[in-house]
Amino acid sequence: MSRWSPLREPTEISVEKAAASPRSGVAGVAPRLALTLTVFLAVTVVVCLLAPLIGSTPVHLSRVFDRGIPFAENVDAQVFFIARLPRVVAAAIVGSGLALSGVVFQALLRNPLASPDTLGVSAGASLGAVLAITFHADVTLAGVPAVPLAGFAGSVGALAIVYVLAAARRRGTPGTALLLAGIAISALLAAIGRFIQYFADFTDTFRSVQWLMGSLDVGGYAPILAALVPLTVALAGFATLPRVLDLLSIGPESAATRGVDIVRAERVALVSASLSTGAAVALGGPVLFVGIIVPHIVRLIVGPEHRLVLPASALFGASFLVVCDLVARTILAPVELPVGIVTAILGGPFFLWLLFRRVL
Amino acid sequence: MSLSWTAPDSLALGPAGQAGAGARGLAPAERPQRIVSLVPATTEMLFAMGAGDRVVAVGSYDHFPPEVERLPRVGALLDPNVERILAMKPDLVVLYGTQTDLQTQLSRARIPYFAYSLGSLPDVALSIRAIGSRVGASGAEALATSIERRLADIRARVAGRPRPSTLLVFGRERGSLRNIDASGGSGFLHDMLVTAGGADVLADVPRQSVVMSTEMVLARAPDVIIEVRSSDEAAAPPDLRVWDTLSAVPAVKNRRVYLLAGDEFVVPGPRAVTATERFARTLHPEVFR
Repeated sequence: MSRWSPLREPTEISVEKAAASPRSGVAGVAPRLALTLTVFLAVTVVVCLLAPLIGSTPVHLSRVFDRGIPFAENVDAQVFFIARLPRVVAAAIVGSGLALSGVVFQALLRNPLASPDTLGVSAGASLGAVLAITFHADVTLAGVPAVPLAGFAGSVGALAIVYVLAAARRRGTPGTALLLAGIAISALLAAIGRFIQYFADFTDTFRSVQWLMGSLDVGGYAPILAALVPLTVALAGFATLPRVLDLLSIGPESAATRGVDIVRAERVALVSASLSTGAAVALGGPVLFVGIIVPHIVRLIVGPEHRLVLPASALFGASFLVVCDLVARTILAPVELPVGIVTAILGGPFFLWLLFRRVL
Repeated sequence: MSLSWTAPDSLALGPAGQAGAGARGLAPAERPQRIVSLVPATTEMLFAMGAGDRVVAVGSYDHFPPEVERLPRVGALLDPNVERILAMKPDLVVLYGTQTDLQTQLSRARIPYFAYSLGSLPDVALSIRAIGSRVGASGAEALATSIERRLADIRARVAGRPRPSTLLVFGRERGSLRNIDASGGSGFLHDMLVTAGGADVLADVPRQSVVMSTEMVLARAPDVIIEVRSSDEAAAPPDLRVWDTLSAVPAVKNRRVYLLAGDEFVVPGPRAVTATERFARTLHPEVFR
């Protein structure tokens, strides 16, 4: 199995693969796919089942499921079902959403440093949230409060801008141009957000900063269900992408010669990844590093083929964030860390190691 | 390197400073006549002690008493406008102890300043005396004594009564229970709560502010939840119903979730007594009227 690494060109890897395993193709991938995904799924399920049981408050499982105690008085059950379970589910959704969009952006932009934040979708969501916080927005839709709604609206707005830029070039946008445009949009939206924060009341600024550090304590299922709507659309888009992303990673010319409609494929990838990012950031705030680190970790384990990388990243991203949130809420009990700090502390050094392990 | 130079007879002290040094009193000619106050608390104190007619400019966030709305604004903690301050030709600037850059600039301009440090409830009376002696306000001593007496009175009235364990929330995300900011076991809000006859459910956490998760609220099980809001945040309709999801919390079960709005909760000045009285009335309604 060839090792994908940011320090190697993708073309080297595909040539290597073709030389090393002449029989690799659908027949070779399928059993590996099934085994790998089963393992990842098993790990994710175990993590998600154990996480609600662990926390800063001792909870007795027998009391949690004791039907004899009315729910309105059952503290253990409320801790489990209201405080912890939605958190674990939200962490799983946010983690998988960010990881998937990270994979797609890295392939789409042909850049290992790309992340869900690169194209400005995350900055758009943050701007929406900051506006909602500063102007004390008071709307609630289907049980979802104003800030996540505004965050999602912001991400859709940013996506619209990026989409228009991408659609402006009829032949498909070369990765670099889209990347630079995305960085510019991201910087502009972040600057507007900071401008608003500077002139806001001190309390509102403080509250925005808190939001920007990420929080998975959703305390209910309505925001989760709402986030699942765009996420499901995104997943439908992702399902069409694995082979296309493999080819796009090599280069648009090779992809075109194989009959791939590049323009359409790029747009599907862009929209799906942005919806997934928007849903995740609106739900849990802009959690750093998940979208950029998880794809690399997963590729180290399963290789570069997107048929494996996409589902494995979704599962690993979910487990990763559930574990990070678990650490965030227990390590300094009773005080809780924002989950974004834990992911950055774990992600940063790991990333450095990844970059330099070929040198050391 | 900043120089804390001050003019000969001005005292740059915080609330814990030498309050007694002002006992010598200032002759009318020595009293500052053009005072600029950047701190909402000190602005309220100055007006309450009878020196309001000598205040020529205030900070951006000062709103009480109503007279200050007519005064020019010169910025606040993060963005003091030095040019505008100098343009007011002050002979005393009351600012935050942490505004060291501003202090340096005022020293260079040979303008005396009074550095105020945010303290806890007992420091309110101390600050009033210190500022009073600095500006030569005759009403300061009476004001400070009155505040101390009223606080002692509240303490006496709630003494011996059982103290409900109380969660004091000063902020959260609107419409949800995310990013709940609660007052911890130290600071101004905590002191007011304890004086008013409450037990702080976060008394063991030695911080002024604690971010609470829903799990923490369930685990700590407060008997009373009080949300405090400043007056501009109070404009929006209350959304206390979000607490209903945590029905196992005694405060929710017994319908003891309250919203108290007003600037007296966020400004540690003379109106802190009003805030404390409101807390006491909420926690022990049977004792107050």
